[in-house]
Amino acid sequence: MSMELHSFLLVMVCGVVTAVLRALPFLLFPAGKETPPLIRYLSSVLPSAVMGMLVVYCLKSVSIIKAPHGLPEFLAIAAVVLVHKWKHNTLLSILGGTLLYMVLVQVVFS
Amino acid sequence: MITKGQKEKTKLLLGKSDIRIAFLASVPVMAGYLVLGAAFGILLADKGYSFWWALLMSVVIYAGSMQFVAVNLLSGGASLVSAALMTLLVNARHFIYGISMLTRYQKKGREKPYLIFALTDETYALLCQGAPEGTNERDYDFLVSLFDQIYWVIGSVTGALIGSALTINTAGIDFAMTALFVVIFTEQWENTKNHRPAWIGVLSAVACLLLFGPERFLIPTMVLIVILLLFLGRNDLRKETSSADQNKEKGGETR
Repeated sequence: MSMELHSFLLVMVCGVVTAVLRALPFLLFPAGKETPPLIRYLSSVLPSAVMGMLVVYCLKSVSIIKAPHGLPEFLAIAAVVLVHKWKHNTLLSILGGTLLYMVLVQVVFS
Repeated sequence: MITKGQKEKTKLLLGKSDIRIAFLASVPVMAGYLVLGAAFGILLADKGYSFWWALLMSVVIYAGSMQFVAVNLLSGGASLVSAALMTLLVNARHFIYGISMLTRYQKKGREKPYLIFALTDETYALLCQGAPEGTNERDYDFLVSLFDQIYWVIGSVTGALIGSALTINTAGIDFAMTALFVVIFTEQWENTKNHRPAWIGVLSAVACLLLFGPERFLIPTMVLIVILLLFLGRNDLRKETSSADQNKEKGGETR
């Protein structure tokens, strides 16, 4: 399979799975039907757990043993959390954190 | 002003005021999507993909965080199966949005499939607040969903075009994805008193990362998370099952 075709199919797979996930509740629980307690429980606790996992996923190739010991990531994440707790502006938190991280890896810890 | 009679006969005969109201309501999302979309486009261009890929992904996938992850999947040459599993994990929360929109979207007509397809985090957050008074809810929901996707497409294509022309050092721009997840995590942390699920997610992932290594830890993590949530959270589940059971003397279990 050519690289182009593989990439195209990969995008399609991501698109189809996303669309199925969005449509599934409407197919499983047609109008008026009660949602089972187990689904209700999981849907209330899964989002936080999965988001925690995804943060770790983003940091999977960071090494604590090798210099700079994950320090740029730690500082930038701390900045994102603090700025977000302060202003609650998603855009500001993401842009601020990313710019800080770019400065840290390009200038400070290069 | 729209009378009841007019409301009933409208079949996406969009009033000018509806378009204006939906546009104004979607302005905050416009700012976010143009910038985040551009960050995605730049990242994609950085890995050597043309703006056509940004267009394709923003039209077909249309899920912000998943598209950031998909850049890694594309450039890393991931298999189709692992791409499907990853999408399942990252976008599982959209299933939850759907559940809470069941009754609202139930009465929709031919635009229903698009409304369901286009239910992103931001569109969900916006529509959750309800349609402003005086607007036709059907038209309002459809227009807001459509406008939001247009912003996202414009942002990502522009980013990809800028990115391929950019000569500055973009090292570290992929942190935008980490920052996005940290922001959502922080929001969820603040919106709930029960932080056990968040801890379960982080600690399961760290444990599995150490045990299985960076390439293979996601699936074991997901399995571990569900097991722990069902096992450690069985008290919460019981509460969900029987709301009559409100034994306040058992306060010790909450911490």
